[in-house]
Amino acid sequence: MRKRFDIRVQPGFATIAMFCFFLLYVPIFTLVVYAFNSGISIARWEGFSFRWFVAAWNNNLVIEAAIRSVQIAAIAAVIATAAATLAAIATTRTAGYRGLTFKYSFINMPLMVPEIVTAVALLILFSRIKVWTGYSGLGYLILAHTAFCIPFAYLPIRARLENMDLALERAAADLYATPFKVFRYITLPLLWPGILAGMMLAFVISLDDIVITEFVKSAGQETLPTYMLGQLRRAVTPEMNAISTVFLLLSLAIVTIFFFLSRSNEKSD
Amino acid sequence: MTERTKQAASAAQRQEITSRWLLSTPALALIAIASVGPLLIVLVYSVLAPGSYGDVKWEFSGQGWFNVFFSRDIFDDTVSLADAHVTILWRSARLAVITTVLCLIVGFPTAYFIASRAPHNRSIWLFLITIPFWTNMLIRGFAIQEMIRNEGLANTILMKLGVISAPIQMLYTDFAILLGMVYVHLPLMVLPLYASLEKLDFRLVEAGYDLYATRLKVLWRIIIPLVKPGIIAGSILVFIPALSSYVIPRILGGGKNLMVGNLIELQFGQGRNWPLGAALSITLVIIVLFAMLYYVKNAGKTGGGHA
Repeated sequence: MRKRFDIRVQPGFATIAMFCFFLLYVPIFTLVVYAFNSGISIARWEGFSFRWFVAAWNNNLVIEAAIRSVQIAAIAAVIATAAATLAAIATTRTAGYRGLTFKYSFINMPLMVPEIVTAVALLILFSRIKVWTGYSGLGYLILAHTAFCIPFAYLPIRARLENMDLALERAAADLYATPFKVFRYITLPLLWPGILAGMMLAFVISLDDIVITEFVKSAGQETLPTYMLGQLRRAVTPEMNAISTVFLLLSLAIVTIFFFLSRSNEKSD
Repeated sequence: MTERTKQAASAAQRQEITSRWLLSTPALALIAIASVGPLLIVLVYSVLAPGSYGDVKWEFSGQGWFNVFFSRDIFDDTVSLADAHVTILWRSARLAVITTVLCLIVGFPTAYFIASRAPHNRSIWLFLITIPFWTNMLIRGFAIQEMIRNEGLANTILMKLGVISAPIQMLYTDFAILLGMVYVHLPLMVLPLYASLEKLDFRLVEAGYDLYATRLKVLWRIIIPLVKPGIIAGSILVFIPALSSYVIPRILGGGKNLMVGNLIELQFGQGRNWPLGAALSITLVIIVLFAMLYYVKNAGKTGGGHA
């Protein structure tokens, strides 16, 4: 019998797709496997062990950098999400008004400027402020991270809002709810999955940042990525693989939560 | 409507607009202070004179911009093209274009493959594409480093197969940069392509076959023209970050194989030329802006006109 002619098939496409997935996963997979190498080499397998995870755990520099990373990401994500939520409410569900397009493009601007340029700009600005004020704490990093996280937090919140009907809020207002009460009891609960998704996204984006952090950080303010960048110049041991593996699992966990949150976003309209 | 209700309505409208501006103030202010605003400082710095130990002297000077493209001989004052800078700019553009093309060649079939799966399976495949995308760029660069170092998996396998007798130097070459850039930017190509391909109306494809088109003709004359906005979107989304890459050339390219991002960084070291670095940054922003404009003009029309 002749094989049925499938109009969707293009010859060779499935092979290239498989090659693509192969290309995407083999390096990461190899990296994870060698994190469990008992030898000191990241290329020759000598047996299974957790020794490099233990080594990373006992390495103060790594733990300090990791804690700093999470600290910055948490604060930046919360501030960025709060600002993005307000901005999303201000820029959706309205007839166009003057400045709306400006706001929309301004909020998305950090996505368009090359990161290296923003990094250099912040280096110049912050080095001046450091001289003037004498303050050289984590504030600069948090401020910089907050700014570039806003567009990422904004996108899912805006998407959620656009699928939300104004009818419920109007009904509440008709029943003499104050604008604050409408926001607190109607808008916020309905918007919550979008806000959480935005916050997750902002958190991951901040956690992953290298370039801006590398330029803005003061001495002794290594985050996990900048610490790793510094180490990569030297000869590396599987400890690096172990750190990468844990980092990878953390990102993966957050992104999985984000994935399910945005799915519930789509379903509930 | 009486005059008075009209007035009341427009007053309410004005009030609403004011409150909408108030609500968006925190976000706009944060971005202005710590992301977009500082670009103006870079612009100002690009027309100042370099200081002796880094930083700038507060006097107007066209030197920064002059140095982007030309260099003046310190002995006889003759002006010539600044080979080093022009070469690196040109190199960066070339590498970014090749990256984009390679991503398209691998990404298009992949996106098509995902779009032609059963609907409930698609999100799993898409998720598989997004996982590497959310993995830290540094980790992905490090993974590539491990694959292609002299004692890495790629060389080991090639030697076991007898293709080569001694390891090939792959790390710290342009090949390494290209591989790394394709690797990290591939998802940025696949996702917009998928978004276009998902909306593809297969009745048009079927009509093509009914009219005796070959598979290649259907691909070339029907599918590709229909998803052109997605192709443009993906290409720009890859080209822009590829052009301004910093991390990948730094860890895979070694010392000599620079791209414009690394050149900019070099200018801001101690005792370097800050105005030149600023001028290079603005050049990069301008190129990116043109790419964005092209994107907005061409990729904005989704669905290829077949709703």
